[in-house]
Amino acid sequence: MKAPPTELGPLELGDLSVGCTVLAGGGGGDPRVGLLMALHAVSKTGPVPLVQLEDIDPDGLVLPSGMIGAPTVMVEKIPNGAEGRVIRSALEARLGKPVVAMMCLEMGGINGVLPVAWAANAGLPIVDGDLMGRAFPEVQMCTPHLHGISAWPCAIADERLQVITYETRDNVWLERLVRNTVSTLGGCACAGLYPMTAIEAAGPTIRGTLTTAISVGEAIRTAPEDPFDSLGSVVPLACLLTGKVTAVERRTEGGFVRGSATIEGTGVDGGRSLTIEFQNENLVALEDGEALATVPDIITLLDSHTAHGIVTEHIRYGQRVVVGVFPAPEPWTSERGLAVVGPRVFGYEVDYQPVHASS
Amino acid sequence: MKIEDTLRIGIDVGGTNTDAVVIDSNDNIIAKTKTPTTSDIQSGISTALGSVLSGLTESVDRITHVMLGTTHATNAILERRDLNKIISIRVAGPASHAIPPLFDWPDELRHEVLVGEVIVDGGSELNGQELAEFDREHLSRFLAQIDEEVDAVAITGVFSPVVPDHELAAKDVVNEVLGDLPVSLSHGIGALGLLERENACALNAALLSVAKRIVDGLTEALKSKGLSAQAYIAQNDGTLMGLDYALKYPVLTIGSGPSNSMRGAAFLTGVSDALVVDVGGTSTDIGVMHRGYPRESSSPVDIGGVRTNFRMPDLVSIALGGGSVVRYCGQEFQIGPESVGFRLTDEALVFGGSTSTLTDCAVAGGRADIGDPSHLEKTPQNLEDALVKSDRLLADAIDTVKVSRSEVPLVAVGGGSFLVPDRLPGVSSVLRPEHYEVANAIGAAIASVSGQVDRVYKLSDRSREEALQEASMAARGEAIAAGADPDSIEVVELEEVPMAYLTEPVVRVRAKCAGSLVAREAL
Repeated sequence: MKAPPTELGPLELGDLSVGCTVLAGGGGGDPRVGLLMALHAVSKTGPVPLVQLEDIDPDGLVLPSGMIGAPTVMVEKIPNGAEGRVIRSALEARLGKPVVAMMCLEMGGINGVLPVAWAANAGLPIVDGDLMGRAFPEVQMCTPHLHGISAWPCAIADERLQVITYETRDNVWLERLVRNTVSTLGGCACAGLYPMTAIEAAGPTIRGTLTTAISVGEAIRTAPEDPFDSLGSVVPLACLLTGKVTAVERRTEGGFVRGSATIEGTGVDGGRSLTIEFQNENLVALEDGEALATVPDIITLLDSHTAHGIVTEHIRYGQRVVVGVFPAPEPWTSERGLAVVGPRVFGYEVDYQPVHASS
Repeated sequence: MKIEDTLRIGIDVGGTNTDAVVIDSNDNIIAKTKTPTTSDIQSGISTALGSVLSGLTESVDRITHVMLGTTHATNAILERRDLNKIISIRVAGPASHAIPPLFDWPDELRHEVLVGEVIVDGGSELNGQELAEFDREHLSRFLAQIDEEVDAVAITGVFSPVVPDHELAAKDVVNEVLGDLPVSLSHGIGALGLLERENACALNAALLSVAKRIVDGLTEALKSKGLSAQAYIAQNDGTLMGLDYALKYPVLTIGSGPSNSMRGAAFLTGVSDALVVDVGGTSTDIGVMHRGYPRESSSPVDIGGVRTNFRMPDLVSIALGGGSVVRYCGQEFQIGPESVGFRLTDEALVFGGSTSTLTDCAVAGGRADIGDPSHLEKTPQNLEDALVKSDRLLADAIDTVKVSRSEVPLVAVGGGSFLVPDRLPGVSSVLRPEHYEVANAIGAAIASVSGQVDRVYKLSDRSREEALQEASMAARGEAIAAGADPDSIEVVELEEVPMAYLTEPVVRVRAKCAGSLVAREAL
């Protein structure tokens, strides 16, 4: 087994961003803007050290961070670049402690890569872990929430470097207030939330997720033959169906994009048809009305040629895809976890059925 | 002269051959030619024109329109040849400093093209509000200190497809400080996605001189043949633009070849919804024609190593062609991926060569009548059995491309199209049109004119239907501006994508309208 990377340079960042499309479950947006930000940052600072929580000052602050709002806005309104610095200063001042490491809020889409840019600019390491182990849409859908750890004090910054610091009653209120602020700020902003000491973070953090995402990207990049064989050799993967997108339907409800995609099987899967229900992320995969996979398992439409993940906004008629499912990060499969991110939370009257993946 | 007496010429300048066709007002092909492509634009077009006109008994005065599809702009970028020195201005501060302009360009292309780049404050928000006041002073200062020669300027503003005002203001500053330089503005070129639009806009500015040469070359070639026809140039979506437009937006000519080929193929058969299979010597391209236009790929397109957000036809390519080498190993035929390519007439068995190719198999199976079949009598295996495998490869590729479950017609074109069997699963009929070898030039000759927009709409102050209507009308306006006949304009594409993770409903709408050329009557 190859030793995991100890720092993130251009090669690791490229692999990480591909891994973040695969492990996103269709959410979190296209990582490209985050990747280019990180590449630009490390081109000036050199690689960012990748550390385990045990390697840093136990009383120092770890700062989970990322963008918040619409990734489709951020592809147009790209960040200033100094948002990470002003967020960090605001929370250091509020908590009276220095931040000693940055962390990705989620390991999917743009947020699995973007915080690396902030770590580089701050001269800080990045923690090999995150708070979702995939992408989810809301602030309370983070593992510290299961441990009763509050997401606040939270700081939001925009490209004008205006900073707003939140002290809220609970994490759900924070989600509500932040979502409205982001709308006023033009659809996307940057956030630092769930600030924790390294010791506090040890409980909730899903470990090793950057290393996993990088190994996914690397496996696909270096695949000698079929990238899906290589992908399946580094992470447990269930391929539900190979086919093509024959219908996509979208609607906006309650501020979130809901919709469904129909995938008709080709080749050995000819004659079968799957429906994927999504709300920003892919949440349920149905065949003949029966759920084959549900959230929090990670359901990703993978490009059948490149094995890269396709975000829900980019699902289009005619795409040729493999419906891939990766087992949910362990914290989400507990009763408490399912109460926060299980299929019923998203309005589906089905129970979570763990997918059988081979690795 | 009456409309029914008018003629049109379609010209396609490809990598190897330049094809030209003359089409009458009833869309009959009355002359065609294939000549080798030359590196000099004007002489290549002149030669093709001369050749196709020599086969024409009608008076050249009857030719009212000439349509050109060309790879010149593509090749200029790929070969880093004849490109302008440019400045790229981004009007987006305080946003976007995290990624500098043209950051992902290959170093040698950036070195070849870029004199300077800057980010100044300005631009718009998603909802049309000002992001920041446009910093005229900053831009002025930046331009004043440029001491190298500059041929053209590219300007890209954040959300300029929503509000172009600050791009226009920046253009005024450029003209004040640097004089009357050509300027490309991004809102006329690309869709949402600041970096991809900025890339396309900068490539466009770099191509402006190439565009001038194409347009001048075409104009001169027409003049030398005594033609006074209106001229048009084909763009990446298979529609046409007038020469004025081509001079401003040359980057849009990139990738017109496959679109023209598919549209030509569909035209020759008269079907608007079909699979188009183009079998060459080495590979086969399979695309889908939907309502008369190629279905577009959803993945981003790199041009010369630069990411843009242009849409190109969605093609599946497999290594299967008339020259594909066929081997018999382990009780099974192995097809390709190697091909004898243009050496087919030396190396294939039916031409007395020693390599088994798919062409030999087709001759053995009675699908083609090429060369001398008696050469095949000596082969130990029954070559026609390899066709079972090649048919399966084709059928599998077709199945991955095809979207509807119902059977659709298939148009087979290209030099190796005899390999396509008459029956394929999911295919209602296989059409083999005459003139298939000049499908590209025909596609150019019959192309329509289009306009498209990509905008975002808040649904708090308008209904979804109103947003779609507004986008369609804007696209229609663009089509008219590009030269379409208002009475013939149809909406050919309308796509709405709600934007995720926002509190209020916002949709992004892409609309494309196309219509026939205005003034088909004589000049």
